[in-house]
Amino acid sequence: MSTVTGFLTDSTLCIGCKACEVACKEWNDLGADGLNWSGFSYDNTGALGHSTWRHVKFVEHPPELGHGGNSPELASWTFSSDVCKHCENAGCLEACPTGSIVRTEFGTVYVQPDICNGCSYCVVACPFGVIQRNKEDGRAFKCTFCYDRQRAGRTPACAHACPTESIKFGPLDELRAEAGRRIEDLHSKGMHDATLYDPVDTSVGGIHAFFITRGDPRQYNLPPQPEIPTIYAKQGWKSAALGAGMLAVGTFLAFLGGGKR
Amino acid sequence: MPSLGTSFGRGGATTAQQDLANSDAILIMGSSMAENHPVGFQWVMEARKRGATIIHVDPRFTRTSAMADIWVPMRSGSDIVFLGGLIRYVLESGKEFREYVKHYTNAATILREDMKLPDELEGVFSGWDEETSKYSPETWLYQGEPEKSDAVRPGHAQAGGGHGKDRGGEAGDLHKHDSDPTLQHPRCAFNVLRRHFARYTPELVESVCGVPKEQFLKVAEIFSNASGPEKTGAICYAVGWTQHSTGVQIIRAACILQLLLGNIGRPGGGVLALRGHASIQGSTDIPTLYDILPGYSPMPFWESDADTLEQYINRHSSNAGWWSNFDKYIVSLLKAWYGDQAKKENDFGFDWLPRVTGDHSELGYWMDMMDGKMEGLFVMGQNPAVGAANGRLQRKALSKLKWLVVREFVETETASFWYDSPEIERGELKPEDIATEIFFFPAASHVEKEGSFTNTQRLIQLHQKAIDPPADCRSETWFMYHLGRRMKAKAKAGLHPRNAGLNALTWDYPTQGPHAEPVVDAVVCEINGYKTANRELVRDYTELQADGSTACGCWIYSGIHPQPGMNLANSRKPKDYLGHGWGYAWPSDRRILYNRASARPDGKPWSERKKLVWWDENKRAWTGHDVPDFKKDTPPDYRPAQEAKGMEAIAGDMPFIMHPDGVGWLWVSSGLKDGPLPTHYEPLEPVVPNALYPKRPFNPTAEKMERPENPYGFPCDKRFPHVLTTYRLTEHHTAGGMSRTLSHLAELQPEFFCEISPEMAEEFGIVHGGYATIISPRGIIEARALVTPRMRPFAVQGRRVYEVGLPYHWGSRGITTGDSANDLLALNEEPNVRIMETKALACFIRSGRRPRGEAALDELKAKMRESA
Repeated sequence: MSTVTGFLTDSTLCIGCKACEVACKEWNDLGADGLNWSGFSYDNTGALGHSTWRHVKFVEHPPELGHGGNSPELASWTFSSDVCKHCENAGCLEACPTGSIVRTEFGTVYVQPDICNGCSYCVVACPFGVIQRNKEDGRAFKCTFCYDRQRAGRTPACAHACPTESIKFGPLDELRAEAGRRIEDLHSKGMHDATLYDPVDTSVGGIHAFFITRGDPRQYNLPPQPEIPTIYAKQGWKSAALGAGMLAVGTFLAFLGGGKR
Repeated sequence: MPSLGTSFGRGGATTAQQDLANSDAILIMGSSMAENHPVGFQWVMEARKRGATIIHVDPRFTRTSAMADIWVPMRSGSDIVFLGGLIRYVLESGKEFREYVKHYTNAATILREDMKLPDELEGVFSGWDEETSKYSPETWLYQGEPEKSDAVRPGHAQAGGGHGKDRGGEAGDLHKHDSDPTLQHPRCAFNVLRRHFARYTPELVESVCGVPKEQFLKVAEIFSNASGPEKTGAICYAVGWTQHSTGVQIIRAACILQLLLGNIGRPGGGVLALRGHASIQGSTDIPTLYDILPGYSPMPFWESDADTLEQYINRHSSNAGWWSNFDKYIVSLLKAWYGDQAKKENDFGFDWLPRVTGDHSELGYWMDMMDGKMEGLFVMGQNPAVGAANGRLQRKALSKLKWLVVREFVETETASFWYDSPEIERGELKPEDIATEIFFFPAASHVEKEGSFTNTQRLIQLHQKAIDPPADCRSETWFMYHLGRRMKAKAKAGLHPRNAGLNALTWDYPTQGPHAEPVVDAVVCEINGYKTANRELVRDYTELQADGSTACGCWIYSGIHPQPGMNLANSRKPKDYLGHGWGYAWPSDRRILYNRASARPDGKPWSERKKLVWWDENKRAWTGHDVPDFKKDTPPDYRPAQEAKGMEAIAGDMPFIMHPDGVGWLWVSSGLKDGPLPTHYEPLEPVVPNALYPKRPFNPTAEKMERPENPYGFPCDKRFPHVLTTYRLTEHHTAGGMSRTLSHLAELQPEFFCEISPEMAEEFGIVHGGYATIISPRGIIEARALVTPRMRPFAVQGRRVYEVGLPYHWGSRGITTGDSANDLLALNEEPNVRIMETKALACFIRSGRRPRGEAALDELKAKMRESA
């Protein structure tokens, strides 16, 4: 049994160099997203997608004189490298009708491109909007957690390229413990707005790529209460069953009534 | 880096990036280290983790500011006032590291009575000649120092550059002088410093730099507290300091501050010069510069050095200190170059070395090219049509060449100027009129060739070839070797006397493979040096001789290949925090220079926390965590005899062994062309008057190289009221040849943009995401407007000064194209290193795209005049 691995992406250590984004594209041979100057800070690739599996988000707040971004009072310009969360309960995996999406021996969620039929169920099932269909060939793509590199005993390309250890890779348990220590450390330095984003209390049941960020996690594209759509399935089936039952009862009653006439 | 050279003795960063982790405070100024040195920045992050305070002083809030604890915005071009303010703060509050200053700097040295400071002479030091716009530096000498006659003393009058002074000031008998160890004498360097910087008050900082007093004092307090036996602070800078018309003096101010705080030669201290390219340090060590020879030996100059080798050696060697060995290094260099042909009888071929006859610096020769004085040009690893100042002049100058060779892996704007450039678009140049013959040679990339990089911290690292270069692509080594071979073959047949040197040159590297690639190891062996009798490799530069029995390609690198098959640049097993065992740092694998200063005068560490190198009484030797930068067995209590020479003249408590007097120089008595101390001048295109010396708006020794193709605005020209500053982005590489052409990088910053403050945008009606046109006296360009509160206006001398920030990566080729910011810059020369000013110029801005066509341009000009 292989170790379950994870990413700890610590935005307080991220210098916004985008090396992870480029290393990911290079290793996985992903295409370019096109040349679109967004005017949104230094972010011109927008969001995760079928050809962007790591994406550095730039969050700007007006800086104040004397305060650098590491000031406890004000995080003026922060960067956070977004990635597939590799959920404990993965919406995409549960939605996939072909069995293309599987959980690997590293506990990560992997799309097998040769099986994917391009149905897109996974796309709507992801609570984070990570997975996306490539319009050219119709199939869905997202971060593989460098399954190939991990199989060869190597660190994923993004973590390997990160110059400041903002992206840490390792056994999930150890990373969780480290994240806890890091939060304590940040709080002790007065950064009380630093939090660990790891939604264990929702139906997602925790993620394998968690984040340390400052301020409201929503500004980093991290929903406060992510849920997988399948939690609605039980209720859905219940309603369907109830509807079918009522239909049956109605029909039965109708027959009964008809007999009397 | 004459600033570091004159202050400390060597023109290189004094420390290693890894050592930043030991700092208690790091001041980053003139650099966006996180953006341009992201890998090295991990050590700043490590320091931060350990509790250091990171201070970033920069006009813009950059990705470095985002990682800093403190960000203080400062108007571009006012650095000396800010640093001078820090120096004054330290001196006035008695925060200098007194013991260090007393023993390890020239604070006690008494200066001559006829020396005058700029305050007494309305902005110039004594020795100024208004007619020639040059200093004669005699009055800057130490009192009691024997004067050398003009014939022996290397002059300041020649057209030459200052890189020769990287070696630590000029030759002299500086070790003989008057001094006052009590620091009471009114003319001791310490008190002169105090007098000179007395006007650099927090109030002056506020009015000139636009930095509120409280912010300045906060920085001053935090940084000066990182000093003393238990603490150290480091300063990191990059071209944000270098590329000013006062660049060398800005860095000098930082050196003075670090000497006062006792932060040189100690762990966590230092001045870290962050170099702008992968091997820029290497390109001055084994220079591509016109005014120095390998190992910072001066290039001989016409007139002053045209005579004999003996006279040249006398002129440039020193009686005391390390440069007393100069003869060994220069003779060994000549032996390496001319082999058996270099004999004592022919001055070892000294006369075959060309003489510098004028300004052959990069900027100088572009002017020559413009004037049609140059026939041909090789361009390798450079894209001057985009990356150099005044792009329009550069491209037009290229059109006057007979031939041009561009070696690149893509066709850059420099290679395509004749059919695809703004001048062609505007009709100023026509392809059919350009007679330049252009040769485009495909180049191998760094993974396709073997070689080395010498990085920011003097660390030489070998890189292997991963794959063969495709098709006709070849390495630089291959190109230069075979070019030389062919030239030598031609020279052999020619009868010109000028061919004698080329004929004598040894050019016999072994080759390998199908393309006859020169063996890099053989080149490294030559650089390391060998005994000429049997070609046995020397252990290091201490084995070099002046009698022709040794040859050495670059003495400071000697020791890099001490045995056959042992290239230390290829070491890959780091064994300590300073990285010994990984690569090889010159000199002698010392990672922190002047590290004798990490111990007290008596040889014991200043503190347990900051110990690095100390005297081991039992072993009677210097020892510690780094290779001692000192004579290994000279005890701390050694005192030289009156007539001692060379290293014997350096006492056991003198850590700056390259200097004849063995100490760090607060006061630079010789070696700098624009003064012994830094003093504030506005940039060459000032937008405000010089608050200190109204009669001297800008550095009087800088060369503006003014001509019709390189025009300037007036000081405080109302047509160009804003400050313009240029810089780089993490996502692109310099002139873009290696990044604008790659989709994965181009998409990250896909368009040329300018950064301006919301206040500026509002005042000039510029819309975020729209276009802005930016104009300087040299050019007119357009860029998308990125309006951001990370830019802010400055309150300077009662007026509001706006800054426009421009990344300079774009040009007309590649996947992402755009106007070149450098088209706005002027060609000019800082007097010491002859670098142009790119960080603070004047400009005009307006909303919308740039005018196209003659009529539209005239209309715009009229409007500018009107608004002014």
